[in-house]
Amino acid sequence: MKSLKQNDPVQYSRIYSLGASRGSSAVTNDEIAGPIESSDEWIRQRTGIVTRVRAPEGQSLMDMAVEASKEAIEKSGIDPSEIDAVILATISFPYATPSGATMLAAEVGAGDAAAYDISAACAGYCYGIAQADALIRSGNSKYVLVVGGEKLSDFISPTDRSISFLLGDGAGAAIVGPSDHPGISKTVWGSDGANWDKVGMTGSILDFRDGKTEWPTLVQEGQPVFRWAVWEMVKVAKEALEASGLAPEDLSALVTHQANMRIIDEFAKQLELPESVVVAKDIVETGNTSAASIPLAMHRLLAEGKVKSGGYALEIGFGAGLAYAAQVVELP
Amino acid sequence: MALSEQDVLAGLAELVNDETGMAADAVQMEKSFTDDLDIDSISMMTIVVNAEDKFGVKIPDEEVKNLITVADAVNFITSNQG
Repeated sequence: MKSLKQNDPVQYSRIYSLGASRGSSAVTNDEIAGPIESSDEWIRQRTGIVTRVRAPEGQSLMDMAVEASKEAIEKSGIDPSEIDAVILATISFPYATPSGATMLAAEVGAGDAAAYDISAACAGYCYGIAQADALIRSGNSKYVLVVGGEKLSDFISPTDRSISFLLGDGAGAAIVGPSDHPGISKTVWGSDGANWDKVGMTGSILDFRDGKTEWPTLVQEGQPVFRWAVWEMVKVAKEALEASGLAPEDLSALVTHQANMRIIDEFAKQLELPESVVVAKDIVETGNTSAASIPLAMHRLLAEGKVKSGGYALEIGFGAGLAYAAQVVELP
Repeated sequence: MALSEQDVLAGLAELVNDETGMAADAVQMEKSFTDDLDIDSISMMTIVVNAEDKFGVKIPDEEVKNLITVADAVNFITSNQG
């Protein structure tokens, strides 16, 4: 009997480049404080956010995903036709089908690439990197475009005090490809569906169709989510670091999901990182952009020269699901 | 050995001081965490998790919202010590 042929595996992968696109409007705390009976000072103190970037009516999720992807493709030096797979991590693409990824592939010139969306909320980009790493090392794909992109402002309520005021819009893109040395460590990932309702929507689209709810918007139970995001996710971050074979002092940067400055600060404290490790704080100007927040934050660290290409960053995404993923990557 | 109410109050006051910088003697039994001590929900959760470590008790998420006053927390901890 004949045996089946398979791809020849590749030993390692790495991130070649990043691209970023942010909502074109910087929304101040004063602009949103009224309906939640808050103030600029309160929001800064409680969340660290000074502005959140939002996409106005003429700027779509796809516009931002395309812009970020084109930058990443150009910086990688590859031709877009060489991309074998496009993965879009998002919770805010406004069609249940077709996927945003197929449109994105066509828009960036990767027309016949395998393309699909993944729904892992704020963990989505790290899920995408895990998948890209696996696709490349299995020999299935040579180059993979991973994008975390969100237009969350389509799903917020001005009067919601739980999460809406934190949220911004943007897209971050990465080109991942083969490498002669390990550029992405083992991913530690998982989920906790027992807490499915802790971060999510105020209703389903069926409830909305049937007039049982207003337009569904994002909402969370802040206290339990905070406890999980810090004390449970720090364990995951430590596990990912240990799995990478590195020690805290080997890191150049910690890039957590940009959920809230209080989470980021407490996270860094619990990890007991040396001062040499830069902690990404893109949230101050960008807000919380869910799946886009990690690549946007990493892109900013590189653009501002706070970290150098070739250093190691521990990245961890966590959020609705609850879902989480962490890995160490070599900075492009 | 189980800690007395006074020991738990003193320990809790230290945790409040660590988190907020507030003088430990401001933390008195009848004070409300939110209204009198101006402790927000995230600081409250940090204090709760640190109290779990310090006193060896488990304070479930659904219990945290019942801890309105310092006395509520002290009573919960003293009656649930292992």
